[in-house]
Parts: sequence; C-alpha cells; structure tokens
Amino acid sequence: MIFHHWKNTYWLAALLLALCANTAQAQLNIFACEPEWAALARTLAGDTARVYSATTAQQDPHHIQARPSLIAKVRRADMLVCTGAELEVGWLPLLLRKSGNAKIQAGQAAYFMATDHVALLEKPSVLDRSLGDIHAAGNPHMHLDPYRVQQVAEALASTLVTIDPANTNNYQKNLRNFIHEWSQAITQWEKQTLELRGKRIVVNHNNWIYLERWLGLERLAVLESRPGIPPSSSHLAKVLAQLKQKPADMILYASYQNNKPALWLSKKTGLPVVGLAFSPSDKENLIQWFDRALHQLLRADL
Amino acid sequence: MGKSLLMAVITVTLFNSSLVFASSETDAIQQQLDAIKKEYGQAIKALEDRLLKAEKGAQVANDQAQKLALQLEQSNTARTSSSAQNSFNPAISLILDGRFASFDNNPEDYELPGFALGNEAGLREKGLSIGHSELTMSANIDDQFFGQMTLAFDEHDGETETELEEAFIQTLGLGNGFTLKAGRFFSEIGYLNQQHGHAWDFSDAPLIYRGLFGDQLIDDGVQMTWLAPTDTFLQLGAELFGGSRFPAGGTTSGIGAWTAFADIGGDIGIEHSWQLGVSHWRSDNIKDRKSGGHAHGTGEAETPSFSGDSKISALDLVYKWAPKGNPNNQNFKFQFEYFDRDEDGEVLMLNSGPPLETTLYDGDQKGWYAQAVYQFKPQWQVGFRYDRLDSNNRGSDADVLTEAGLDNEGHKPQRYSATLEWLPSEFSRLRLQYNHDESYEKTDHQLFLQYTMSLGSHAAHQF
Repeated sequence: MIFHHWKNTYWLAALLLALCANTAQAQLNIFACEPEWAALARTLAGDTARVYSATTAQQDPHHIQARPSLIAKVRRADMLVCTGAELEVGWLPLLLRKSGNAKIQAGQAAYFMATDHVALLEKPSVLDRSLGDIHAAGNPHMHLDPYRVQQVAEALASTLVTIDPANTNNYQKNLRNFIHEWSQAITQWEKQTLELRGKRIVVNHNNWIYLERWLGLERLAVLESRPGIPPSSSHLAKVLAQLKQKPADMILYASYQNNKPALWLSKKTGLPVVGLAFSPSDKENLIQWFDRALHQLLRADL
Repeated sequence: MGKSLLMAVITVTLFNSSLVFASSETDAIQQQLDAIKKEYGQAIKALEDRLLKAEKGAQVANDQAQKLALQLEQSNTARTSSSAQNSFNPAISLILDGRFASFDNNPEDYELPGFALGNEAGLREKGLSIGHSELTMSANIDDQFFGQMTLAFDEHDGETETELEEAFIQTLGLGNGFTLKAGRFFSEIGYLNQQHGHAWDFSDAPLIYRGLFGDQLIDDGVQMTWLAPTDTFLQLGAELFGGSRFPAGGTTSGIGAWTAFADIGGDIGIEHSWQLGVSHWRSDNIKDRKSGGHAHGTGEAETPSFSGDSKISALDLVYKWAPKGNPNNQNFKFQFEYFDRDEDGEVLMLNSGPPLETTLYDGDQKGWYAQAVYQFKPQWQVGFRYDRLDSNNRGSDADVLTEAGLDNEGHKPQRYSATLEWLPSEFSRLRLQYNHDESYEKTDHQLFLQYTMSLGSHAAHQF
C-alpha cells in the first residue's frame, strides 16, 4: 500500500517534471498574430526561437475567434509580436486574460506591437461607428510599406535583445543582414514598379493606403461603403457609375476577403482583378512575399 | 677687521650673481608664456572653427528635422498623448436589447413540470418590451489585475430593476498558467453559462438552464484556474461560492457552494476547432431556496422552499468550422450540453396550512439541448435548437410534490427553436426566432423579433 502510494507520487513528480521541461526550453517561444510578423521574427531570431503564427494569409485578422488552441499557445509564449492599433482587439485581449501568462501581458517588454514603432496614416479625427469599423490609432495595415517594416525590424531586434540578452550577437547580426538585403530589395522593387506609378485602383477594403503611398497608386473607390461593412448593391452601383466617368486600371482585394463584389465589378467593367497576397504564406520570408505580391500587381497591369 | 671685509665682499658678490641669475630666469618664463599664449590662441581658434562648423551642422540637422516633422504632420500621425485624465477611463460597452414577443398561451401560465422555477426563469412579457440592457466597464487595474463590472437593467412586472450582474477582479500576473478571480461572476459550469445573454445564439436560455439555474448561475466567490503548458488546450479550475444565490440559497456562513471543472480543446487542421468540458456544482447546505410553484387561484401564493443538498454534473461540447479558418464570411457552430441534478432534502410550502405542508424530497432531474448555427453569408445566419428535459422526483407526500411543481405529471418537456439573424455589422443584430414549445402539456407557439446592439468599446467574445 505504502509502496503504491509512493509509486503514484513518483509518477506525478515525473509528469510535472516533464511538463516543466517542456516549458523550460532554451528556445524562445514567439507568438505572432499575423504571418508577416512571424516571418520577420523568424528572420531576426533564426534558430534561437520557435515562431507560431496565429493566423494565415487566408484569415481576416480583424475577426479571429479566441480558440482554445490559441489560448494554449499564448500560455507558453515568451513573446508576442502583433500589429496593434486595435487590429486584434476582438480576440487578443481575451487570449491574454485567459493565458495565465505574466510575461506577455500589455506593458511588458515581451508585448511587442508593431504599430507602436511606426507613424500611422489616416488617424481619424472623428470617432463614430457610423463611419464603420475604424481604428482610433490610425490605419493598422502598415506592413505593406517596406520602410515601416524596416523600422519595425529594428525595434523588434532591440526588443529581442532585451528579452534574450544571451543571444544579442545573433539578433544584431541577423538585423544587419536583413537590413542589407531589404534595402537592396527595396531599390529593386522601386525600379520594377515604376510603371505602376499613377495607376488607378479600386479596392475592396481600405487596407492598402501604405502600399498606395509607396508605389504611387491612386485609389479611386472603395467597394465597402464603410470599413468592415460588406459592400451593398447600391454602393456597388454607385462605384460602377463612377468608374464609367473615370476608369480605373485594376481592382484589388486582400486574399482573405470575400471576392464576390470585386469579381462582380470586374465582370461589369472588364477590369483585371487582383486577389493580392495580403500576408506571406507560412513558408515565405518577407522578401519572397513582397516579390510575389508585386509580381501579382505587375502581371495584372499587362 | 680683515675677516669682516672678506665677508662683505663675498656677500656682495653672491647677491650680485643671484641678481644676474634672476633676470635670465624671467626671460625664460616670458618666453614660455608667449609660447603658451600662442598655443592657446591656436587651440581657441581651432575650437571656434569647430564650434562654427557644429553650429552649421546643427542648422542643417535642424532644417532636416523640421522637414521630417512637417512630413510626419502631413501624414497625420500625431500619437495620442496620455496626459489627459480621461485616457485612463475603463473601456465602456453598452448593450441595448429590445423585442416583440407573441405567445399562443398565456405566458403567466408557463411551467416546466418536474422543475421548480426560480430566479429569472419564465417567459417575459408579451408584445413590445425592452429586454436585458447591460452596461459593462472593464480595464486593466495595474500590471497585476484586471477588473470588470456589469450592470443589468431588466423589466419585471412593470418595474425596471437594476442588478449588479458581474463585479470581479482577475489576476494578470500570477504566471505559470494560474489565474485567480474574485467577486461576483458567471460560474464556469457548463458552456453557455459563462457567456452574457446577448452573446447567445437564441433569444432565450436552453430549457435545462431555465429549469436548473433560472437562466444563469451567478454567485459571489473566488475562482482559480490553471492552464496546462501543453499544445492541446487543457484547463482545470475550481470555484468557491457564498452560496446565497439561486440555485443554492439561504444564509450560509462561509462556503455555501463549490464547483470543479475541466476543459480540453484544440484544432483539427485549420478549419475545425472543438472544446469539451465537464463540470460539477455542489451545495450541501441549502436553506430555504424559494421558487415559484403552481398558481392557486385567489389568496396568497404558496411558495415552495427547498432545504437540503444539491449536486449538478454537466458535460458540454462545442465544435466550430470556418472555411480556411476565416469565420468572417461563413462559419458553422454546433454545441451540446447535458446536465444532471441530484437533490436530497425537504420541500416546504410557505404560506400553506396550517399545518404547513411539507414533504421529504429526493430529486432527479436531467436535460440536454443541441444547437447548430450557420452563418451562410457575411451578414446572415440561421440556427436550430432542440431541448429535452426529464425528471424522476420522489417525495413522502405526492400531493405536496405536485403543488411544488416537482411532479413531472407524466410529461417530458421539449422544445424546437429556429432563428434567422441579420447582422448589419459586428455591432448590431436583428433576430427572428420561432419556438415550438412543449414545456408543459399545452403546446405553445412563440415568436420573437429582437434587436441587440452593442455600443462603445469593441467586445471580445469567448470561443
């Protein structure tokens, strides 16, 4: 009897040990809210981190459910890399509260919000929900501007150093390499996309402002009459009439958005439609993803 | 004499020579001073030059900074400053709810044979009425705590009642997966219980929630949960309650009720997710839990009162599907819950007699519901639900049992519900619901048209 009791305790201890060993890995667990930040974290951390992306390019980061699997991931995270500016307001706060993880709560160094480190465009002067699902801090979709991505990379590298000083050299070296390659890529992209300058586009949701600014695209119309509200047929008819007056060059929608309104408009106008890869796939790094997305635009322009 | 002369000569000679020596030293110092002066002059000149250069540089830098600042300003990037007093105000959200209800039967006649109804249980008013309005305030208190309070406004018999529905604090920084909650909160028993009514997919609570909890189990106490550090979601938790609120009851000192629960969940691929939970609620010391009984024509209503012990066991399952894991355009949700309650004690009819009518009571009540909700396009959703209850209560006095509404009268309550919802945005919802209600022998057809609107800060909804 005593032996059995002892044996039980032994097993329990072994189980607890196994659980602890599981958490006490040398590798840093990074929870990224979107694939672009997962890709950036992978590039900057290299082998020193295990990076998990909460979403894919097919999922709308505004509307993610606080699934049990995500809570379990946040529970074990050493660091959070998200967009911020209320993009994840519908699910991230809940994950944090349920996680029981002190390390990654708001205000901690490991709570990294990319939009805290760049200047945002389109900060609304009037906050009213009749204007749709607007973000008080400004338009959060800034990962489509390579210069801002570089600013985020610098901030992320220094946060990694703060959290994991033992690997300082690694992070600094990776950042140097990234910036070197990224700057070269920017020069090349800007050369390649010269022909896109001044092109007129119609977009599904207003999440392209940073790309528009960078490439010099001109936005003629948005299919959603208000951000976050699915396009109504009356508004689509208005856009169609507007395009007859002033034709556009292409229609853009993000890979996770409902493509029906864009396809409808394309059928009516004969304009090319691009379902742009809004985020990298899980195997791509940021340079490969930008390459692919820009080629999608260039191809549509032919 | 000769000696003193010699002394004088020596002295003069010495004095003179020292004078000569002094004069040559002054020259050297003078020269050195000149050299130093020259050197310093050059150094100062160099410094002045550098200062001038630096000033020019600063000018250029300043110009550039101004240009950048201008650019930043043009791109409308002003960061919000946190100096204003109200920027630390808690997040406020307001739920407005109203409905039109139509019943074939008189809602006053509603009963659930085998279940003594208490708390909020029952049908609400016929016709137009406002529903359950809620005001919620929440915020991180500091780096260790989160706090939330919800005031609920309800209409009861022509009077507006305000109820403190939730008021709790919760730890953020315990770490190692532990979270402690204290105050008044929704118990984690079952699945639906911990969600606010406005987040439910139907206008009314499942019959088993109505029968056991009077719609929802809220109590004052503490809750501890632990989340396992595993890839599969595994949560264990326990709650200690004062136990003065339905379906516990009475004045108890210390701990009147407790719960224990475990949830496990995860994803299957990218499109499917699930959660399975078991939970148990127990109160060993219920005193005078009042509930509504049979209406008795004229005179003061006799009210059943239960004293004894009560145990509830529950099983819940939730499954969700979204194409490509993106629930925004289309999604599907299935949920199932089963409850079983076992009670032992005594039932007393207040205001009866004399002598007071009383019976020993051995209660066995169970029930389940299953529901499926399908959002088939971005703004539209349909839902179906089936409810089923059963009971096998025994007592020493069958008549008293019947009077207390605890005899099932040979009837097994069931209900079919269907909804159609229009969701203009994530902040608003219009719902049409039909119930084919066989709660008691006379079948009722119920129709609801309901709006639910959410104002203020963006709500985050649980899985």
